[in-house]
Amino acid sequence: MKFSRLILSNLFRKKVRLVLTLGSFAVALFLFAFLAVVKDAFSRGGGIASANRLVTINRISIIQSIPLSYRDKILRIPGVQSVTHDNWFGGVYQDERKLFPQFPIDPENQRQVYSELIVPDDQWNAFLKDRQGAIAGASTAKRFGWKVGDRIPIKSTIYGGDGAWEFNLDGIYHGKTAQDDETQFWFQWDYFEERVPQSFKGQVGWYTVKLDSPDDAVRVAKAIDAEFANSPYETKTDTESAFAASWVKQFGNIELLILVIGSVVFFTLLLVTGNTMAISVRERTGELAILKAIGFKDGSILFFVLAESLAIALFGGILGLGLAMLAIPVLGSALSGMLPNLILSKVMLAGGIGFALLVGAASGLLPGIGAMRLRVVDALRRI
Amino acid sequence: MVTVNTNGNSQALIQVRGLNKTYRRGGEQIQVLQGLNLDVDKGDFVGFMGPSGSGKTTLLNLLGGLDVPTSGTVSVAGDEITHMSSGKLTEWRARHVGFVFQMYNLVPVLTAYQNVELPLLLTSLSRSARREHVEAALAIVGLKDRAKHFPRQLSGGQEQRVAVARAIVSDPTFLLCDEPTGDLDRKSADEIMELIEELVSRHNKTVLMVTHDPLVAARAHMVLHLEKGVLVEAKSRANVLAGGGA
Repeated sequence: MKFSRLILSNLFRKKVRLVLTLGSFAVALFLFAFLAVVKDAFSRGGGIASANRLVTINRISIIQSIPLSYRDKILRIPGVQSVTHDNWFGGVYQDERKLFPQFPIDPENQRQVYSELIVPDDQWNAFLKDRQGAIAGASTAKRFGWKVGDRIPIKSTIYGGDGAWEFNLDGIYHGKTAQDDETQFWFQWDYFEERVPQSFKGQVGWYTVKLDSPDDAVRVAKAIDAEFANSPYETKTDTESAFAASWVKQFGNIELLILVIGSVVFFTLLLVTGNTMAISVRERTGELAILKAIGFKDGSILFFVLAESLAIALFGGILGLGLAMLAIPVLGSALSGMLPNLILSKVMLAGGIGFALLVGAASGLLPGIGAMRLRVVDALRRI
Repeated sequence: MVTVNTNGNSQALIQVRGLNKTYRRGGEQIQVLQGLNLDVDKGDFVGFMGPSGSGKTTLLNLLGGLDVPTSGTVSVAGDEITHMSSGKLTEWRARHVGFVFQMYNLVPVLTAYQNVELPLLLTSLSRSARREHVEAALAIVGLKDRAKHFPRQLSGGQEQRVAVARAIVSDPTFLLCDEPTGDLDRKSADEIMELIEELVSRHNKTVLMVTHDPLVAARAHMVLHLEKGVLVEAKSRANVLAGGGA
């Protein structure tokens, strides 16, 4: 394009200012990407939850347990295909900062209910035969450098016991999609039952119920809760997505927090770049007047100013998102166990570029309109 | 030939009739030009002199379509420009007017070549055609070897030469020069005036120039004196040099 040289020359007119403005965009877009992946991580539970799964917990709270004997009663309710149960183990591996979720699982039904988490058959069969066997999610195994056959000691913080619980890593599971949670650590229910104090025996943390059809969700949830109404352990059953959403709410209103931080970033960036563009245009009043005098139309002048601000926004945005692409896997690894997988998707990258261009257009618009409306005679008089 | 205070029809390139310009400053109305009439033929070189505030630059701005009169008309080569829309006037300027200003007003981030090329970016000329025109314009002003220099690498006189090249590169109908030597030393001023004279004599350009300098004004075919918005005196080159009247 024949105007590109003029636009590029103006872009590089003040190199320090250009670098600082690009830096503002880069930092803002890096933050944008980070907030987006955190928000996504927290909301993903609802997104990846299977439509045909229900979660049943104690009506009082998830901290209160419910009897193992409920399993068979739930299985008898029409529309229920299979049921599995889990407990929160809350153990410590090496030190308390190395968090990851551990669950004693029901090996008979785990794979039927969570069919998206894949364990190779040979590893699963080894696990079934091993009372101290364990299966780790791929990201947790990678994080700690575990491989099949390793001995893993985990100290319980809830269920006591002398010394650490020893596990043999029999297998590693992978999710079918990048969004699937690969941080869990599963071990045998029987081993758990054997070692916990008497008061915990025969108690589970929650049931996960797989349905024949998602259409049955409301009916089956009501039926489960009705089955145990007026018992010492009343239940509360929700779809898995509702359960995930209520779990996230325990951390506070993450979405609102991210929205507020994002808005502050947006307006700060808008002010910084708007001010930069306004100064840049003001410095060039005479030149713009000359361009208009020799025949450049108002639209061309607006185009030049907008093109500059959009170019800064685009390059700054690409820089920030590029840094985010490099840093987020590292951050995700460091925060593993505290946050779900941090995934910077193509949609987020596209959203980031869109965000940068929006700020670029908004910050260039007012100075551009000012330049467009400049009266040549007035501007030349000021030179 | 330049004719002042004419009301009749003519075939002149530039025809000014009953030109008035009034500014409002606060509550006060200031009449800058009062009923000016003027005909300028193709190839004329006209100088405008007069004290500050006499309306010289305002007249130049009106002739160049940078400003609009309060009343009266300006016609150039048959086009009446006083009633053109802002957009049409911009297009008209691109085709018909070359501007040379006192402060050169080059774009500092562009080379001499790129500055001269600017008016051609508005045309449909190919890159190679633009190159031919720019090189020809730079050759006329004697700066072909400085094409890749930025304005900060040129002297004041050379910058003004680049500005002249920018003004003539699109072969406009006429040139408007507002104090073209006002920021230059005598030697550079003489060089610029020789260049402008050459444009008139060899390339048959029509030039209208505002100046405060009688020596510069003496280069014009005709010098018109303005006072309080009225053309009060017209002198031929010989009379200017002799210090006599019309």
